[in-house]
Amino acid sequence: MQTKKHTPNPSQEGNHSLRENMDILKFITAGSVDDGKSTLIGRLLYDSEAILADQLEALHASNRKNDDGSIDLAILTDGLKAEREQGITIDVAYKYFETDKRKFIIADAPGHIQYTRNMVTGASNAGLAIILIDARKGVIEQTTRHSFLVSLLQIQQVVVAVNKMDMVDYSEDVFNKIVADYKVLAGKVGLQNVTYIPVSALKGDNIVYPSAKISWYTGDSLLTHLENVQLEVDDTSSHARLPVQWVVRPQTDELHDYRGYAGRVSSGSFHVNDKVTILPSGFSSSISKIEFYDKELAEAVAGTSVTVHLADNIDISRGDIIVNSAGQPQLSNLIEADLCWMDTRPMDTSLTYLVQHNTKTIRCKISEVLYKVNINTLEKDYEEDFKLNDIGRIVIKTAEPLAFDPYQLNKANGGAIIIDSRTNVTVGALMLRQAVD
Amino acid sequence: MSKNRLDYLDELEAEAIYILREVAGQFEKPALLFSGGKDSITLVHLALKAFRPGKFPFPLVHIDTGHNFEETITYRDEMIARIGEKLIIGHVQDSIDEGKVIEQKGKNASRNALQTVTLLDTIAKHQFDACIGGARRDEEKARAKERIFSVRDEFGQWDPKRQRPELWNIYNGKIHKGENVRVFPISNWTELDVWNYIRRENIPLPSIYFAHQRDCITRNGQLMAASPFLNMDDEDIIEKKNVRFRTVGDMTCTAAVESYAFELDDIINEIASSKISERGARMDDKVSEAAMEERKKGGYF
Ligand SMILES: Nc1nc2c(ncn2[C@@H]2O[C@H](COP(=O)(O)OP(=O)(O)OP(=O)(O)O)[C@@H](O)[C@H]2O)c(=O)[nH]1
Ligand SMILES: [Mg+2]
Repeated sequence: MQTKKHTPNPSQEGNHSLRENMDILKFITAGSVDDGKSTLIGRLLYDSEAILADQLEALHASNRKNDDGSIDLAILTDGLKAEREQGITIDVAYKYFETDKRKFIIADAPGHIQYTRNMVTGASNAGLAIILIDARKGVIEQTTRHSFLVSLLQIQQVVVAVNKMDMVDYSEDVFNKIVADYKVLAGKVGLQNVTYIPVSALKGDNIVYPSAKISWYTGDSLLTHLENVQLEVDDTSSHARLPVQWVVRPQTDELHDYRGYAGRVSSGSFHVNDKVTILPSGFSSSISKIEFYDKELAEAVAGTSVTVHLADNIDISRGDIIVNSAGQPQLSNLIEADLCWMDTRPMDTSLTYLVQHNTKTIRCKISEVLYKVNINTLEKDYEEDFKLNDIGRIVIKTAEPLAFDPYQLNKANGGAIIIDSRTNVTVGALMLRQAVD
Repeated sequence: MSKNRLDYLDELEAEAIYILREVAGQFEKPALLFSGGKDSITLVHLALKAFRPGKFPFPLVHIDTGHNFEETITYRDEMIARIGEKLIIGHVQDSIDEGKVIEQKGKNASRNALQTVTLLDTIAKHQFDACIGGARRDEEKARAKERIFSVRDEFGQWDPKRQRPELWNIYNGKIHKGENVRVFPISNWTELDVWNYIRRENIPLPSIYFAHQRDCITRNGQLMAASPFLNMDDEDIIEKKNVRFRTVGDMTCTAAVESYAFELDDIINEIASSKISERGARMDDKVSEAAMEERKKGGYF
């Protein structure tokens, strides 16, 4: 393959930004504190010429500089005052850029363990994770934690970027050793599609441009990989789900009987005349009409926000879910789930919390702790207490049955959050697994 | 490529509509903050798609600095007449008359900072529990950090170090009395996405977005529209220029760019090849590295 020069938007001539049918890759950076995540994103944007003149000016004017006096690219994403003062990332920064191949939404996450919940926030919507490893340090605890979370959250694609290669003389041996170590970890946490790239975010090796200093590496640069990686396509065969967000009832004279169920198809697709079931009530009907503003559609595919009409008059409100009768989700009020605890107050099995799943928010309790995962050994710990950043498996009991799919099979209908009703804060992430009978 | 993969504009649109409907479903008294700019005009269009043939489950709220481009107000009133929704106006002039804020003096005087007080008063008066805004994460580095449902305390303050986790598309809108949530449905859109969407959807815009002739003066290296709201003196030389505006705010802090972009296509080409960010044309962001973060902490949009 020849070395190609990227001239991404907006500096390129012509109108590729007007092209339609481009897809979006959402990706996140992960890895331990100071591994160079923000620098890598800064480098990616800088070398792609995606930074505009006034932002560049601010970058040069900033007094945060690298030791060698070069500009510190991390401040492109470290947008908070506290972050710039401390030189660390606290919360996720979202950055947007595009090349002629694809649009990208980047979530630059913090590496510090204290801010794991912010990393989880960014990771929950990512289709790819770049896990950075400092070439001098190799695989460490935080690498393991983030890799485990990436696996739990079912991020399909992983890039392991072995960074700071400039500090180990671009040594192939160092790289190979880290790849070997990571392969063991990937096997343990269950990550499948892993690509390994040696880089230096600081010097710009293998980020946008291939590097002569790493001639022993024959794979793609990071950007080339991101541009070409195959994205997971929503599987039409997965069963159709439409959580009802809002009932449209104009109640005007001419639209007296109009009753539309508005929501976003979370998986699968619906067609006019499909037989559907409403959960949790269990009533069935069929789709009489699918509307999108001024258009009538024959089909509504996953990801689209539509308004659906049913052939029968059934009592449906927000919180209900319309599903294809032929492939129904599980329905239960006792559910086994993976839990990631995200609050400084420990989880309390005697408390009543709220669980939010799709458009439904109801009371719940953690009825049983099955185990916690020891992040160092990845083995099970049979401890009851769930503290900040603990990950493990529990059983949740809900005040009404939830209509869910296992997160493994259907992310959109298998994720839920726990809210502490005293503080209203989101304290837990749930990846639902299966009904317990 | 599968037909099931949505085009990026469809995906952004569907996400924004989903967020608007979450606001409708989760809050008792939401409002849509309408500035007259292209982002809030886009929001109104998305709300039509989310709720028609029903009515919007919220009023539009305009915080009026009194220093408006005339074209914006004309557009606003025509739009309200066309869509038949409710408009509430909060006047900065009222806050000044009530002595809650003091008009700035001097050459660079602007009412931009004052509008935060009027906004917070309007929220309190109507007891709004959610305010939908058109801010985007690509605009500014502090905004790049903000959640889609962004909780504000009783004083309207944003605490960037204590944001709630926000997973998947599950938005937690639970708040205590007195708090409110700012909601940003087009967080993930870029400036170019908004323009491409406006073109695709044929959304009408106020004329000031297109190139036109106008009396301008140059201030701090930027072109400003000459107006009675700008404190001018002998040093200010008025020149006729061909300009347009990339963002629309208070007349005293929105800079013009020289332009011959008379059509949407010209504008899109101009932005696609521009080397200056949209916020680069806002004097209010130039003050310091953390200007936006400080204003948001104080209750700004
Ligand atoms: N020599 C060398 N230094 C690097 C490289 N990448 C990053 N650094 C330095 O490593 C330090 C940390 O970089 P950041 O990008 O802030 O690290 P981070 O991973 O974003 O850190 P957190 O977000 O706080 O977890 C900075 O001093 C960088 O200049 C690299 O490739 N080589
Ligand atoms: Mg960082």
